[in-house]
Amino acid sequence: MFWVTSIDPRVRIILALLFSLVVVSLKALPLLLVAFAMGLLILPGSGLSWQLTLKRMLAMDGFILLMLIMLPFTVAGDFWFSIAGFTATWQGLWRAVEIALKANAIVLMLLTLVGSMESVTLGHALGKLRVSRSLVHLLLFTVRYVEVLKEEYQRLRQAMQARAFRPGNNWHTYRSFGYLFGMLLVRAMERSERVMEAMQCRGFNGQLPMLAQLRMGLMDWVFISVMLAALGGLMYLEIYRVII
Amino acid sequence: MSLFELANIHFGYVGCPPVLNGANLSLQAGERLCITGHNGAGKSTLLRIMVGLLKPNKGSITAFGQLCQQDKDFYSVRQRAGLVFQDADDQLFCPTVAEDIAFGPLNQGKSPAQAMQLVTDLLQQMQLGYLQDRVTHKLSGGEKRLVALASVLAMQPEVLLLDEPTNALDEENEARLVAILQGLPQAMVLVSHDPHFRRKIGNRTLRVVEGQLLESNASCRHAVA
Repeated sequence: MFWVTSIDPRVRIILALLFSLVVVSLKALPLLLVAFAMGLLILPGSGLSWQLTLKRMLAMDGFILLMLIMLPFTVAGDFWFSIAGFTATWQGLWRAVEIALKANAIVLMLLTLVGSMESVTLGHALGKLRVSRSLVHLLLFTVRYVEVLKEEYQRLRQAMQARAFRPGNNWHTYRSFGYLFGMLLVRAMERSERVMEAMQCRGFNGQLPMLAQLRMGLMDWVFISVMLAALGGLMYLEIYRVII
Repeated sequence: MSLFELANIHFGYVGCPPVLNGANLSLQAGERLCITGHNGAGKSTLLRIMVGLLKPNKGSITAFGQLCQQDKDFYSVRQRAGLVFQDADDQLFCPTVAEDIAFGPLNQGKSPAQAMQLVTDLLQQMQLGYLQDRVTHKLSGGEKRLVALASVLAMQPEVLLLDEPTNALDEENEARLVAILQGLPQAMVLVSHDPHFRRKIGNRTLRVVEGQLLESNASCRHAVA
């Protein structure tokens, strides 16, 4: 049992959110490094593997990479170097580093605190936190039926293969894939109606009963205190510039 | 020369005990081979292996005189051996019946005009002409099954592989299916639980027992011997 997973899921969600808000408002690089280190410190306690977590962070970095590369060229400031007539600035570079650190610190903390939860637990915790019921149901049903849809897709693909279909760069291929996805959508719609009917037959009235009883324990309060102290410290140092 | 020759096929799904354990099967021209066996015995798996949708862990597949090992060896097999899936919904994915039946012939390189001609002729021949422009997912269960068969027949296969073709068909539609199948010249492999259907269509029966194919001794006197 890893200690992070034994902490109340509601606490984890709220603290991850609070952490994100604090980190977004930080500007000093040393403080951002500390925030990043906090994530690294908690990671072993979450039971997630280093490799998988790194891979997920890199996936996120892929989205912001282009922006990070552009930043040194678009922010005005002191000359750093120039390439093909475009001038890069030191200020731009630091801005890029700052954004990269912020993004990675937040994603790392989200992965360790929230990503280590079962999706069903996440749904229930969000429900307890009074997140819109429709959103929670959407999440729970996605978790339940995404595999069903995947299997349906694979069976259709096999049936296409069995009829000698080989994808190529031509209209026949595009049209066939269009039909395939269209049919999946129609099926998903129909299935959702059947599921709904079956649920109504069992007395569903728009409310999913949640079995898990969540209770805060000593461990939760300790974790909350430590995290709040750390976040408060970061904010204090940022605002009063004590170390920089 | 036999149409299909499967030798010593071993297959298991990941994380499950093996389904097929040294299965042998040979199919000759004109044969209508029935395969039976309890649920989960590996009958559907066997059909999928025959057209290369699943790869056996061990064993050899010779189709139409060619040894098939890689995926590309099966491309021509899939043109010559038509697999009708157990669930017609898996097979019908185009908006209309005509488009779905034309899908196979188009994959075989026919022009759209040729494919449409084939569709019209085939549906006439099967007396299903009234379904041509219907929306596939609104067909009744029986109609879906017949259209799924038509979509495979449109490819003019030399061998038909049918996975539980009578499943959930009413008597009228089953009689229709039997009449259509009896009129076809192709060699067939039929997976079926229904002894009376096997008796009407089949001329040889194998039973899957513990992952092997054994000559079947019918226990019901109406069943095919």
